Amino acid sequence: MRVLMFGWEFPPHIAGGLGTACYGMTRGLARNDVEVIFVMPRASGDEDERFVKVVNASDVEARYCDGSVEGADDIMRKISFIHIDSNMVPYISPEEWATYREGYERTGKKFWEKKGDSWTQRYTFSGKYGANLMEEVARYAVVAAEVARQLDGQFDVIHAHDWLTYFAGIAAKRVSGKPLVVHMHATSFDRSSGDNIDTRVYEIERAGMAAADRVIAVSNLTRNICIEKYNIPAERVVTVHNAVRFAEKENEAPERGVEDKIVTFLGRITYQKGPDYFVEAAAKVLKRVPNVRFVMAGSGDMMNHVIRRVARLGIADRFHFTGFLKGDDVHKMFQLSDLYIMPSVSEPFGISPLEAMRSNVPVIISKQSGVAEVLDYAVKVDYWDVDAMADAIYGFVKYPALSKMFAKKGLEEVIGLKWNNAAAKIKTVYEDAINECK
Amino acid sequence: MKTVNLYFQVHQPWRLKVYRFFNIGKDHNYLDDFTNRAIMQKVARQCYLPMNALLLNLIKEHKGAFKCSFSITGTAVEQFRIYAPEVLDSFRALAETGCVEFLAETYSHSLAALSSKEDFVEQVKLHTKMIKEEFGKKPVAFRNTELIYSDEIGEMASALGFKTILAEGAKHVLGWKSPDYVYTNAIDNRLRVLLRNYKLSDDIAFRFSNQGWDQYPLTADKFAGWVKESAGEVVNLFMDYETFGEHQKATTGIFDFMKALPAAILAQGDMKFATVSEAAKASQPIGVLHCPHVMSWADEERDVTAWLGNELQNEAFSKLYGLKDKVKALKSADFEYVWNFMQTSDHFYYMATKWLSDGDVHSYFNPYGSSYEAFINYMNVLADFEIEVEKALAAKKSRKKEVATA
Repeated sequence: MRVLMFGWEFPPHIAGGLGTACYGMTRGLARNDVEVIFVMPRASGDEDERFVKVVNASDVEARYCDGSVEGADDIMRKISFIHIDSNMVPYISPEEWATYREGYERTGKKFWEKKGDSWTQRYTFSGKYGANLMEEVARYAVVAAEVARQLDGQFDVIHAHDWLTYFAGIAAKRVSGKPLVVHMHATSFDRSSGDNIDTRVYEIERAGMAAADRVIAVSNLTRNICIEKYNIPAERVVTVHNAVRFAEKENEAPERGVEDKIVTFLGRITYQKGPDYFVEAAAKVLKRVPNVRFVMAGSGDMMNHVIRRVARLGIADRFHFTGFLKGDDVHKMFQLSDLYIMPSVSEPFGISPLEAMRSNVPVIISKQSGVAEVLDYAVKVDYWDVDAMADAIYGFVKYPALSKMFAKKGLEEVIGLKWNNAAAKIKTVYEDAINECK
Repeated sequence: MKTVNLYFQVHQPWRLKVYRFFNIGKDHNYLDDFTNRAIMQKVARQCYLPMNALLLNLIKEHKGAFKCSFSITGTAVEQFRIYAPEVLDSFRALAETGCVEFLAETYSHSLAALSSKEDFVEQVKLHTKMIKEEFGKKPVAFRNTELIYSDEIGEMASALGFKTILAEGAKHVLGWKSPDYVYTNAIDNRLRVLLRNYKLSDDIAFRFSNQGWDQYPLTADKFAGWVKESAGEVVNLFMDYETFGEHQKATTGIFDFMKALPAAILAQGDMKFATVSEAAKASQPIGVLHCPHVMSWADEERDVTAWLGNELQNEAFSKLYGLKDKVKALKSADFEYVWNFMQTSDHFYYMATKWLSDGDVHSYFNPYGSSYEAFINYMNVLADFEIEVEKALAAKKSRKKEVATA
């Protein structure tokens, strides 16, 4: 079985968890005899290609106004519907335009109507989350159609990750007639506070799921949102929990600088991740036990707010900020921790507690996270219940037996969460979609 | 006879390096050696050395008719010693002329006066001792960090034996009164208070090179005329020494201006230069200065909000001075050294979040991208320092026990 997969990022160039998940998933699929052609904007050339063939979208020449790209108009219409500026249409440099224009005047040949190679344009994608994201999404869809046309007959199913690639998935489906599976790693409702969602993104997500033959949700929490808030028929939405992949060789544990217990929050410091609740719980614990230090690793739009709150609570000598961490530093932070807390207000899955458990660190997670559905050896609290959170922190800090038990059992549990198993489930989803399309 | 009182403040903080969470408990070098050395040597080249040479020439040229005063912080002297010892020599040459007075202040350019009397006394005594050692004379006049002054601070200085103190001629304190007279402290009338004439001082320190200023360009004769015109008995021109060659670059003509200024002022007649202590004695106090609330020479508000104006600064300040008793109990020169440079007010200045009228001045001096970064970095260093202090205390206790049992 071969799958054409549309992503937005892939290790080592990642801005979020999507890239990591895609990597683990493609590896797992490869082990399950599924070939993956992974399309992403601006591949850097140093991605790990042992398990997956990376097609750089920037290298594909897409034909605009090519009659063979069925439904391109329709996509354009959808794009204009979400208020994309006019330069979202594939553009060419003024010099190229002048050359083509000159040729038209000389020969009278309408180059834009000619099929094939006359007006080809390489679209250079920035490949980063930025201000022109909507534009990128639209251009990506145009390229996707071209990719699907060129790779015709080389794949059996299309798999698109997150709303960024949904238009691409739809376009590819129209061109090839192959079934489409979309993967919901997060919903608009997870990214916003309350119901103040980005309606443009919501529309793309809804359109993607409506056009898809199957929807994969990363947790039952996300599945319910797809059904209730996007009106997707329940039988088309399947939950496949994420897994986690660890480097084979264990890094040496870094030398500890402080003897105090270290309680860690690691992630973007944004409303969705619930950093405020971590701070309030920390203040409660510090009133009782002095030998604890709290660390908030990461950055985000709420960081300055949190720093001010910590200062006002008078706990800044025991509450540290590391700023944004990457690569080895993330791993180092986990290894230095005695307890990991993920107080997310809304978390479709949440892979970081698994990484903590892998480093022998017990975890406290919010009930509002998808990962809570797969873990037994994690303390689960409501994100807003700072008293319960403080209680649990106190327990782990004061009673080493509890920490030891959770660390040991947690490690066993997390090692059992294999991408192989998750990929096997995904493969079943592919098969269902293909059979249905026949 | 009108007295012209020129006083210069010399200060350099020990700048902290980027100190991350991962350094805590492992790395006990807190200073950015490269930056500290680079800045010190740059300022020495552009300001301290040429300006000291210029002043020495003026003193010789006017045969004792030109005088001025300095206060040099302990952290600046520490950096002179290791990065620019020739600067220290040139200050000593000035001291030997007898026309230059060195004032006392807080050793670390610290906010100790706002913490407690105990902290304040310790900082001032440390500084007085250092000045005596370096320049051979025990200071008798005092200026607090950034001219931070209140009735109580004046009283504390007086109790330490100082006869004169400097303060800002702040409008909200003076009201209709002029800064150009000698005043006395409200609690201890023996202490004389000299107030900065901020208009004339800032004409040199801030406006000198401002081409948008309607008085640009400022010449020595014009300035001498203004000094002469001002009603009053003593004109106090207080400014950062780094004004000369650093804030106002040599190309602005600031050195030529200073070279010509003494002659221009003396030529006006009925005016003389004096050191701070001489100026305070030259005329009788005209009244009592009431200043129940703390003021300073910083920013538009002339208060202490530049250092203790938000929750970050208050938290860092209270956590720092919370360590005092433990550091004192150690009686260790190594710990005292860190304790001193951690107190420097500049660290708190970097955490300021007021960016309206005085944002330019704040950002000029600030090595950090934001107040929050400054706070995080400072607290990380403080956390490691605290751990080291605790460890040393525990070791000390166990040694004592061993001795007792033996």
